[in-house]
Amino acid sequence: MTDTPVIGVLALQGDVREHLVALAAAGAAARPVRRPEELDDIDGLVVPGGESTTISKLAVLFGLLAPLRARVRDGLPVYGTCAGMILLADKILDPRSGQETIGGIDMIVRRNAFGRQNESFESAVDVKGIGGDPVEGVFIRAPWVESVGAAVDVLAEHEGHIVAVRQGDVLATSFHPELTGDHRVHALFVDMVRAKQAPRSL
Amino acid sequence: MSSTPPSTPKTAEDTAVGTARVKRGMAEQLKGGVIMDVVTPEQAKIAEDAGAVAVMALERVPADIRKDGGVARMSDPDMIEGIIEAVSIPVMAKSRIGHFVEAQVLQSLGVDYIDESEVLTPADEVNHSDKFAFTTPFVCGATNLGEALRRIAEGAAMIRSKGEAGTGNVVEAVRHLRQIKNEIARLRGFDNNELYAAAKDLRAPYELVKEVAELGKLPVVLFSAGGVATPADAALMRQLGAEGVFVGSGIFKSGDPAKRAAAIVKATTFYDDPKIVADASRNLGEAMVGINCDTLPESERYANRGW
Repeated sequence: MTDTPVIGVLALQGDVREHLVALAAAGAAARPVRRPEELDDIDGLVVPGGESTTISKLAVLFGLLAPLRARVRDGLPVYGTCAGMILLADKILDPRSGQETIGGIDMIVRRNAFGRQNESFESAVDVKGIGGDPVEGVFIRAPWVESVGAAVDVLAEHEGHIVAVRQGDVLATSFHPELTGDHRVHALFVDMVRAKQAPRSL
Repeated sequence: MSSTPPSTPKTAEDTAVGTARVKRGMAEQLKGGVIMDVVTPEQAKIAEDAGAVAVMALERVPADIRKDGGVARMSDPDMIEGIIEAVSIPVMAKSRIGHFVEAQVLQSLGVDYIDESEVLTPADEVNHSDKFAFTTPFVCGATNLGEALRRIAEGAAMIRSKGEAGTGNVVEAVRHLRQIKNEIARLRGFDNNELYAAAKDLRAPYELVKEVAELGKLPVVLFSAGGVATPADAALMRQLGAEGVFVGSGIFKSGDPAKRAAAIVKATTFYDDPKIVADASRNLGEAMVGINCDTLPESERYANRGW
């Protein structure tokens, strides 16, 4: 029996509440984090959907970017959706001037790759490692992954474009499982956090 | 155009655009953020650099619409396209209430959200536009819960308080937000028998009233708009329960727009931390000159437009 993992949701801007609900449903103790010191007490972190430029600016402004990078480098499990995926990319294909990322996945992402809001769509997505029915993919002005490095595991594609990836303890999806009520992707992430916790509780 | 909202596809071969989840979900991504009125591509860039989550493209900010008078309409498509080109954040634009052709034009331009707005002169004094007929999602203003639910019943995917745009006076936004929150809280205490009468009183569909009673919130994102001029105003609206704020004239009618815009963004994120709101409030230069709402004649109160 492991302790209930504590998972933070980066709460600078975006659909924080939906991630808190999904994480709690998947068995984690979920809490919003907005300050550098709040990063100390978490076993995992979700970077939510939102506006990647806004979240990136606020992270720099409030001194979160450097500690976030350090924690991710030290192996903190992180899951990013949509804007969160962009923030976890080592490289953005078309960054706005000064747009910084946390990094963690050796990939290049293209922002708003699927188009503007009128092109936002829903489609079923088969995600490697998630059994049963396909996941309901909600894609909102969504990015896709242009290319990945050798260490990155591609978990899902939509019409030939990479939309879910994992590298070690870092997970990212172009779509928003937090908007669907299907918590299997969050459960996968909670399992990743638990696996990381296990050695410590031995 | 059909008025039946598309539903969720079941296989990877099917994709569906314009679903309720995609429309409402878009607004969920804006939460905790500031949406700023801009009238030029240059202003849009200033807003984006300051951390705005979206911009509202319009020809004149509400304060100037007030000053100039006359009929206020949808903006020039060239101007809207110029703003779409200038920034990577979502771009919203306003149609007149009930002017579904202006809304069709905005959709064809590729705006990300349409604001069916009382700030423009209404085109129809009975009907709002059928918002299910569009792929582009809509945000609408409301002064109370019944009005919010009528707009949602017509397909609105996001609600904002009306406030009193172009006044720099937050009093009406506070009134509307408190009204909506209080009416939701009251519904929470009702049993099933009472919800039917409540729906009648609210002049809103029973199913939506029941959903709100169960959720304890609107089924869509609720922002504040109409009169926010300072970081403290934005934080106030957040503490009162707004999930984000629209700032209209407050930024580009002030002395130092870039600085004020960034300050309002900070205060919106850390709305519950008075130290950060205090820091954000320092040295911002002149705020827009405000208007006392109780000296506004009824005919100049935009919040009375829409029903």
